[in-house]
Amino acid sequence: MATAFQKIYTKISQITKATCSLKATGVGYDELATINGKLAQVVKIMGDDVTLQVFEGTGGIPTNAEVVFLGTSPSLKVSDQLAGRFFNAYGQPIDGGPAIEGKEVPIGGPSVNPVRRKQPSELIATGIAGIDLNNTLVSGQKIPFFADPDQPFNEVMAMVALRAKVDKIILGGMGMTNDDYYFFRNTFSNAGALDRIICFMNTTEDPAVERLLVPDMALTAAEYFAVEKHETVLVLLTDMTSYADSLAIVSNRMDQIPSKDSMPGSLYSDLAKIYEKAVQFPEEAGGGSITIIAVTTLSGGDITHAVPDNTGYITEGQLYLRRDSDVGKVIVDPFRSLSRLKQLVAGKKTRKDHSQVMNAAIRLYSDAANAKTKLENGFDLTDYDNRCLAFAKDYATAILAIDVNVDTTEMLDVTWALFRKYFKLEEVNIKKEFTDIYWK
Amino acid sequence: MTKGTVRGVIANMVTLRVDGPVRQGEICYIETGGDKLMSEVIKVVGQDVYVQVFESTRGLKVGATAEFTGHMLEVQLAPGMLSKNFDGLQNDLDKMEGVFLRRGQYTDPLDRERLWDFEPIAKVGDKVEASAWLGKVEENSQPLKIMAPFQMQGTATVKSIAKAGQYRVEDTIATLTLEDGTDLDVNMIQHWPVKFAMTNYREKPRPFKLLETGVRTIDTFNPIVEGGTGFIPGPFGTGKTVLQHAISKQAEADIVIIAACGERANEVVEIFTEFPELVDPHTGRKLMERTIIIANTSNMPVAAREASVYTAMTMAEYYRAMGLRVLLMADSTSRWAQALREMSNRMEELPGPDAFPMDLSALISNFYGRAGYVYLNNGQTGSITFLGTVSPAGGNLKEPVTESTKKVARCFYGLEQERADKKRYPAVNPIDSYSKYLEYPEFAAYIKEHINETWIPKVLDLKTRMQRGKEIAEQINILGDDGVPVDYHVTFWKSEVIDYVILQQDAFDEVDAVTPLSRQEEILNLVTEICQREFHFDNFLEVTDFFRKLINLCKQWNYSTYKSEQYENFKKQIKEFIK
Repeated sequence: MATAFQKIYTKISQITKATCSLKATGVGYDELATINGKLAQVVKIMGDDVTLQVFEGTGGIPTNAEVVFLGTSPSLKVSDQLAGRFFNAYGQPIDGGPAIEGKEVPIGGPSVNPVRRKQPSELIATGIAGIDLNNTLVSGQKIPFFADPDQPFNEVMAMVALRAKVDKIILGGMGMTNDDYYFFRNTFSNAGALDRIICFMNTTEDPAVERLLVPDMALTAAEYFAVEKHETVLVLLTDMTSYADSLAIVSNRMDQIPSKDSMPGSLYSDLAKIYEKAVQFPEEAGGGSITIIAVTTLSGGDITHAVPDNTGYITEGQLYLRRDSDVGKVIVDPFRSLSRLKQLVAGKKTRKDHSQVMNAAIRLYSDAANAKTKLENGFDLTDYDNRCLAFAKDYATAILAIDVNVDTTEMLDVTWALFRKYFKLEEVNIKKEFTDIYWK
Repeated sequence: MTKGTVRGVIANMVTLRVDGPVRQGEICYIETGGDKLMSEVIKVVGQDVYVQVFESTRGLKVGATAEFTGHMLEVQLAPGMLSKNFDGLQNDLDKMEGVFLRRGQYTDPLDRERLWDFEPIAKVGDKVEASAWLGKVEENSQPLKIMAPFQMQGTATVKSIAKAGQYRVEDTIATLTLEDGTDLDVNMIQHWPVKFAMTNYREKPRPFKLLETGVRTIDTFNPIVEGGTGFIPGPFGTGKTVLQHAISKQAEADIVIIAACGERANEVVEIFTEFPELVDPHTGRKLMERTIIIANTSNMPVAAREASVYTAMTMAEYYRAMGLRVLLMADSTSRWAQALREMSNRMEELPGPDAFPMDLSALISNFYGRAGYVYLNNGQTGSITFLGTVSPAGGNLKEPVTESTKKVARCFYGLEQERADKKRYPAVNPIDSYSKYLEYPEFAAYIKEHINETWIPKVLDLKTRMQRGKEIAEQINILGDDGVPVDYHVTFWKSEVIDYVILQQDAFDEVDAVTPLSRQEEILNLVTEICQREFHFDNFLEVTDFFRKLINLCKQWNYSTYKSEQYENFKKQIKEFIK
């Protein structure tokens, strides 16, 4: 890999599990290097002491390994040839196809000037009522699924990706099991969507630190299609908890003082740098957009852990899946799920009664939850409680279940029908202007 | 000027070897690949100076040169800042080229060519001190003052002052003769180091004037005052930002400064998009005209995040010195604290609680201390009302940022997950939240004079009822509906009326979003009437049924345009219903 002008160093002074240190000069911060062919990146310079983070891990590296500095930070070659291809974390093809030709762009580039952004305003319809009605997605939004590892988040995400009308779907897999990787590959290929897919994959079989490159790779590709090609791009990142775990490994090896849950103190900024790449460009800039749907796996549903907690403060809402034992289906949890941008489209791109119907339904569903608690505690239920419970069952089946696939107007009509079936006008607390029209 | 050479780089902390004197907090520029990276001195060890770089250090090499400026991080203050969008270092974001932020791109915060209609206030021969009003210009119909230099020492004499007419910010508008006999030319621009508080006022009394926000849970239940301080902690998804935006839209202030500190870019975009369209309910002018945005969103450089809140506060102090009422909002102070933590960590300082730096508490209290209601040296008044949000890790209020803030902020608006889950917005917990100002006799006197003397007792009564309602709800949960007397249900449902009618407010409904004080008074009176009335029911089902209907009527009343026929109609219906 070395060319005539590159100096080769052969004296490594220190090796830890993830880093190597050596004496070198003229080295730039963030610069890439190879150590016996293994890719590494400069993470610390102090005088002529340079510390390198080795992505594959330092196993097998001898103290006399050949170290060559490449003079560039990690980069990706971007062009239309990316479409339909599968890559590893370094952006090298893993599908047996030819190498990509194109412009070389450093990954993890600068952020968009906030005044050059446009307020997201385009609805992304998924057909899933638990999302479209209660937690509407908007182009340029960033939103994760908060899910326990046993929940079908990858299936739901694949469904959302295929139903959403987008030009490109970019999948960034971090610590994904080989089985899930094949699930995505087969699902996309069976749907005939492969030409819209670009995939950067780090599976559980690959070194953990490598996955730190995956989101930036995926988003650099996304920026190419959104900025240069003015396309609507959907980026799927799964699983961001694995990404954070790798951050923690590196920071630990670098002797940084950990903050909450052994995560590095910079976790918020590290995650924000990724998620904030979601953007809607204005017409003047071509009108492209990047929407990010991610997965943050939880441990036993604990959202106070540093990873989901910091994520929640960065993303524009979060989606929870839950198995509703009353109807035996996986539903999008209406209590904890939230799309912060929904009011930008609810009632504007959808029917005017959208917000009020949504809120009323959730309130009544919450009354049903209270009634259920009462029942479990052995108390008598009132007539209202019973009606709430009956409503909740129908509502979960017809609206919240992830197997529902209808448009929002129909979702609203179905909900109104349920209101009328179980409640009196004054029990739903909806503005008169809407009840006049829809309470028939 | 002192020069330095780069010796080490760890993320955005760079070590420089310097050849001359440097001061703590001094600004320097490191040159790399044609870019100049702005940096701030944070530690000096012998010849080695540690600086935090406000930009990405990618590609920076040992041996790169740095040039020191001799001054600390400072802002330029002059007419022309209103309705602008700045980053945390006061670069004008609109002047930047391209879609992406480019490293090392710094833009002028001021417009040097624009002409201002200047009118003198001071006369030749007047004795003036620092910050004295020399003249005035108007910007977006705000009367701005041109002041004697903030850093001027002692008393100076006005030697000459420009005649009324059009001037640029850099034109000399006055010449002052200083105490030592030298002359000083004064233009419209002030410089101020952001980390230092301005103390150009005579006295900072306890604040007492109600600051109307149109948000009922604040104005009625836990009022904030002009020059007061408050904070809004809450887990994510509980509506911090919506509440903050509502306040910044509706509050009765002359100038609103919003520091988006390490938060989402789309939230800033929301302000860019909506404020130019929205009308200030108090003046009828566009909201954007009175607003300044300091946008240092979460993906922008971390070190500049810390600077952004100080930049915003310094601008607020500038307008306060003109006798204006400034509302400063910072979202979120936790991100600022995290920026401090990242840097403290890189400097390998011994960590305090949760790895935050030990002086976090002191920094927070100094910062809140810069707000306040003041009597200026000329007897006029000005104020900075400061509201910060706090994003406690895991929603747990027992963490260093929340605890340090609680010690200094006088209003606490605790957002609660449980309320948010039930969609009871704004999710301000009615029982734990407080406003210390309700206890101020100065405030009571003001309310007595401007509203009436029954207001505060009524508010306190409702607060007690909320508390009682909560206790009863817990008892009903344990004992069951039939397990408690019917009276208990009545008390509980009365607290629900307070909750639904006063506390809950639909920020996305055109009418309900903002409630003028006079309307809040009507609501308070009616709700008090409902609460004080004795109702008789045979069983709890009747209670539930009655109050559900009543609440529905009250909600419809809340949704009706103030003083409209529909409004009066619903009010009448409610009155009849409770007879």
